[in-house]
Amino acid sequence: MCRSVDLHRAVLARNDDNATALRRYLDRHGTTAVNLMSSPGSGKTELLEVLLTRAREQGARVAAVTADLATENDARRLARSRAPVQQILTDGLCHLEAGMLQARLEPWLPEGTRLLFVENVGNLVCPASYDLGETLRIVLVSVTEGEDKPLKYPAAFGLAQAVVVTKTDLAEAVGFDRSGFRAGLRQVNPHVPVFETSARTGAGVDDLLAHVMACADGRAPHTPVLARQHAHHLHHHPAATSTTPVPGTPP
Amino acid sequence: MHELSLAAAVVDEVSPLVGTDVVRSVTLRIGELAAVVPEALEFAFAVAAEGTALADAELLIDTVEGRARCDGCGREGPTGMPPVLWCEVCARPLVLLSGRELEIVRLVTDPAPGPAPAAPAASDKEHSPTRR
Repeated sequence: MCRSVDLHRAVLARNDDNATALRRYLDRHGTTAVNLMSSPGSGKTELLEVLLTRAREQGARVAAVTADLATENDARRLARSRAPVQQILTDGLCHLEAGMLQARLEPWLPEGTRLLFVENVGNLVCPASYDLGETLRIVLVSVTEGEDKPLKYPAAFGLAQAVVVTKTDLAEAVGFDRSGFRAGLRQVNPHVPVFETSARTGAGVDDLLAHVMACADGRAPHTPVLARQHAHHLHHHPAATSTTPVPGTPP
Repeated sequence: MHELSLAAAVVDEVSPLVGTDVVRSVTLRIGELAAVVPEALEFAFAVAAEGTALADAELLIDTVEGRARCDGCGREGPTGMPPVLWCEVCARPLVLLSGRELEIVRLVTDPAPGPAPAAPAASDKEHSPTRR
């Protein structure tokens, strides 16, 4: 005879538990994590190299982890900033998960690191679903990608706590529709802070760094509309599962 | 293709709950704003479930509509896709009511087939047909 059991268990309960553990670990070390997400080729690595360099010039203890499916090219580029850098190879996986990050950080994170940048795998779909224990989730988009990215990838942009437009030195050349971009972004993530940057000219980088540094002492100043329902309905309900009769156990 | 990770997570979450039972179906609630493609998840589930208690399980997906409300004008309705989370009338953010669900909500299981009737005392234990 078959048995039907009602559960309320988040599919990603294990990742969420790992992210919670990671957040506590980072808290104990006085480290704030910043999760950077974007399409491949949006200029994450170049901007991050500039951010790391400037943060170090300002005396901030920073470090970075960069994730890719293959090659250690990005770690080599980021190491030019002279900040401590680790490369995670995901072995084909299209996103980082909290457990992977934790396994890499615990034996390595340099003591006293104030800001830890996590450069996620270049992908606007999959990484959006995984909490990495970060305080600040930043989504980047380059002017060359088109202004409708927020509407095409509403989960990524809708869950961002800050959005960075990169390569603005090319905006005019590629005819970037700034107001169309802002309207689409507002539709999926009202009031999200937006920073327009160029790693090449340095424009906007100090404003972005100041914003990130301001989050180092607490919480991100922006909670997206999408994240709020996420908080109420997606998380683990241990009470519901612990009272559930477990099929297969002897009577 | 994070659906494969999600499918593996479903198998990992369910497996410890079912003991020796065989899972006939798993029902998920998936919000339309959860960035999951149901067809990709079904395909991935077949791969992730192979060789587990869920190998023959049917994956049932209840899709949950994205809905939002404006606290300004009280209007409530579907968010659509891509979602509209901003009230143009009141110029304020909406409140999201549903659409981000990603939950395992139901399991249907069958007890494992009972042990085979006592086999004649096999002298050759290496060829015992009973597998555990």
